[in-house]
Amino acid sequence: MPRINVNGRDYDVAAEADTPLLWVLRDTLGLTGTKYGCGIAMCGACTVLMDGQATRSCQVQLDSIGTAKIRTIEAIAEDEVGRKVVEAWVEQQVPQCGYCQSGQVMAATALLTHNPHPTDADILDAMTNLCRCGTYNRIADAINHAAG
Amino acid sequence: MNILATKRGAKDLLASPMAEQALASIPAEGIANLSRRRLLGLGAGALVLGVLLPALPSRVFAQATANAVKPGTRVPAFLVIGADNSVKLLSPFVEGGQGVSTGQAQIVGEELDVNPSRFTVECAPPGPDYAVINGLRLTGGSFSTRSSYDVLRRLGATARDMFIRAAAAKLNVATDTLTTQDGVVIHAASGRRLPYGDIAAEALALEPAENVPLRDPATFRYIRQPVPRLDARDKSTGKAVYAIDQKVEGMLYAAVQHTPHLGTEPLSLANEAAVKAMPGVHSIHKLPGAVAVTADSWFRARKAVEALEVTWSAPAPSGFATVAADYSSQGLLDALKAETSTGVEAEKAGDVAAAFATAAKIVEADYDAPYLAHGQLEPPSAIARFNADGTLELWLQNQMPELFQSIAAKTADLPAEKVVLHSPILGGFFGRHFAYGSSNPFIQSILLAKATSRPVKVLWSREEEFRMDALRPLSFSRFKAALDKDGRPTALQVRTVGEGPTGRWFGAIFGGPVDSSAVEGIVEKPYAIANRSMEFVKFPHPVTIAFWRSVGHSMNDYFYESFLDEIADAGGHDPYALRLELLKDKPRHLKLLQTVGALSGGWKRGPYEAEGGKRARGVSMASPFGSETATVAEVSLKDGEVRVHDLWIAFDPGSIVNPAIVKSQVESAAALGLSSTLFEELAYADGVRQSSNFDSYPILARDHMPAVHVEIVESGAPMGGVGEPGLPGIGPAVVNAVAALTGTRVRSLPLAKAKFGA
Ligand code: FES
Ligand code: FES
Repeated sequence: MPRINVNGRDYDVAAEADTPLLWVLRDTLGLTGTKYGCGIAMCGACTVLMDGQATRSCQVQLDSIGTAKIRTIEAIAEDEVGRKVVEAWVEQQVPQCGYCQSGQVMAATALLTHNPHPTDADILDAMTNLCRCGTYNRIADAINHAAG
Repeated sequence: MNILATKRGAKDLLASPMAEQALASIPAEGIANLSRRRLLGLGAGALVLGVLLPALPSRVFAQATANAVKPGTRVPAFLVIGADNSVKLLSPFVEGGQGVSTGQAQIVGEELDVNPSRFTVECAPPGPDYAVINGLRLTGGSFSTRSSYDVLRRLGATARDMFIRAAAAKLNVATDTLTTQDGVVIHAASGRRLPYGDIAAEALALEPAENVPLRDPATFRYIRQPVPRLDARDKSTGKAVYAIDQKVEGMLYAAVQHTPHLGTEPLSLANEAAVKAMPGVHSIHKLPGAVAVTADSWFRARKAVEALEVTWSAPAPSGFATVAADYSSQGLLDALKAETSTGVEAEKAGDVAAAFATAAKIVEADYDAPYLAHGQLEPPSAIARFNADGTLELWLQNQMPELFQSIAAKTADLPAEKVVLHSPILGGFFGRHFAYGSSNPFIQSILLAKATSRPVKVLWSREEEFRMDALRPLSFSRFKAALDKDGRPTALQVRTVGEGPTGRWFGAIFGGPVDSSAVEGIVEKPYAIANRSMEFVKFPHPVTIAFWRSVGHSMNDYFYESFLDEIADAGGHDPYALRLELLKDKPRHLKLLQTVGALSGGWKRGPYEAEGGKRARGVSMASPFGSETATVAEVSLKDGEVRVHDLWIAFDPGSIVNPAIVKSQVESAAALGLSSTLFEELAYADGVRQSSNFDSYPILARDHMPAVHVEIVESGAPMGGVGEPGLPGIGPAVVNAVAALTGTRVRSLPLAKAKFGA
């Protein structure tokens, strides 16, 4: 039975090897903050951090995770950058329907962790998650705000 | 959806013979035992009436309404005050990103004297108290705030009065010696303070008083302020719970595979035994137009259902919810263009024939726009559970709880009051979550829960959603204008052929020969063109059609405002100057057009040189949902592709509740309008949809998001809608800018189809 580490805890997961991490998180571990939008790496609603990298969990098979440390939106407050990102999101009133925002917050946290002062071009490169409510400009404002 | 604009209120309509007729069309055996074809063939009109008259034979209806509660007046139906002085508002509306929960808390909080930041807001269960839109309840048509503003102010004031009376009794003082402050009743003379939470039981048991005075708007503290959204933190930390996140004890997960040809049925399964043996599979089911697998996880159910080898019945010729094997969107468009029958009059003024007879110049053009998917980011899902007490409990996405309750009751063969319905927040909707025949998963969840005797959660994959989503109708209009010798329009003639969602889904209530949702944006434009003749020819679509953010305005304002630029060009006028002239007797519109001109730094059409190459601008106006917009777009070309740099939008909704939310709604609508203008098209070929996910149905991403500049103008006109009106002006402003830049007039969306010289 594969063992994975999520938010600092080990879990033994009884699921097929090809099960996407997204569905392990949502249906097996009950961590529903990570969202399903497309299942084909297009939308980014399922973004989590794997060893600090923003990763689309719908594309990660259970048997490929190994010892990678996974962090989901549920543990965002345990990440110093993540806390700043959340405060900026609230401050800038980013979310509308909110469905894409877990993924957006995770992607922004990864960006600011590796690049504390991103340029507009860096934001364009890193923030490829879709938002059907069109909150793109607010997201950029919030990232700039969090970068200080 | 122009429901408020209809001359006859819902009440009159219900008393009409049409209501009786529609009710009579619901067969005695209920819907559960009907074939799918008959179920869909009932049309939603009947279903809507079923909502308004839950479980009542029509003959007792008149009596029932006489005794019915007056919506929006029974305070305990709306407010739950905790012992800790927390305030929960049960809202008639569902939150799906538009910010309605925060707005409602502001309105009630203003009069109740409770800071809106201390509210939690939930979508109320079904019930007559919440039918605050002309006796109807729905979240859509940009109706929520404007339709309930007065009702909720009164509700808050009435509740505050109840707290004051309860406190007076408890403290044994006169009511006029008491004041309130943020959820506390204060007796200034003695310094005694009673939090609402301490007297909630007594207060809410009192008879609400009539005609409690409302606050003087000059003293508002919350209304008209940019109060922060109540849901921003939960939505930034993954804590917000959507339908897709719900789980109940012992539930099975179900995945479905729908027929590729709408209207066909599963006949046989070649590999049922092999699929049954796949890990975690519980059961396999044939459903109307679909097959389903239930399993102990959704991923297992999905893998299994997609492994099923299904033989479907042969497609029938196109009909209601039946798409023929050779159906194509191009074929439909050709048919709309070729249709010759005379339409019904949608607008008429002056003498069009005479104006054309004496015209110095005549301009003609055909416009069309494609089918569109909603693409809300949360895929559809529904949980159904039959409880031991005989009730059916549902968790599902919806914009109209009583309608879904009524359909669920008929599906399960239960009286409506036995259906308990939860309406979680929506991960986007844009019109997606009305009841559209087979386009919603909740009927499947009920059928599967019945078949398995277990709670069942149905979730549609994104691919199934692209197969089943109800669509913004493909649309077509033919324009013809007469110009005088000075190049000014003297007559406008428009022929619209097609079908709108209001006629299809609400025809029995809001019926009439002209479907407002097919012609809105072409009729009732503000311009001084003396002679006008607009006709509508109904041409039903075999595909399931839907409301889509700004409905008929989503294409018609593009058609009209782009053609108006063609008129300006033909007459040798600047399009902005021509609009100013045609609006000279319309102060509200004139001011808005001038406002957007100033907001964009002064009107200039171009082309002109700018950083990175030539740019040009386009302008448009729209009058959607009781609000007014004026929009300017700036575009350039990059590698033959249109880039939009800036959108300037002057927006007049009459008056507002929350300026920050209004602005973000206008930004959001602008993004969706641009997305559809640039990229979106759901095409049919050989009876099958040609898009199955966001790779084959591209939507706006960050790389095409322009800067959006919004200026709110409060003209003081009656409050209009906010969620949708920002959208319709975008398409024409962009297309008009592209024409100014390239000389090419695009008369068919999306722009991605057109090729421009690099
Ligand atoms: S669900 Fe993973 S990218 Fe869309
Ligand atoms: S906030 Fe709705 S999809 Fe992004």
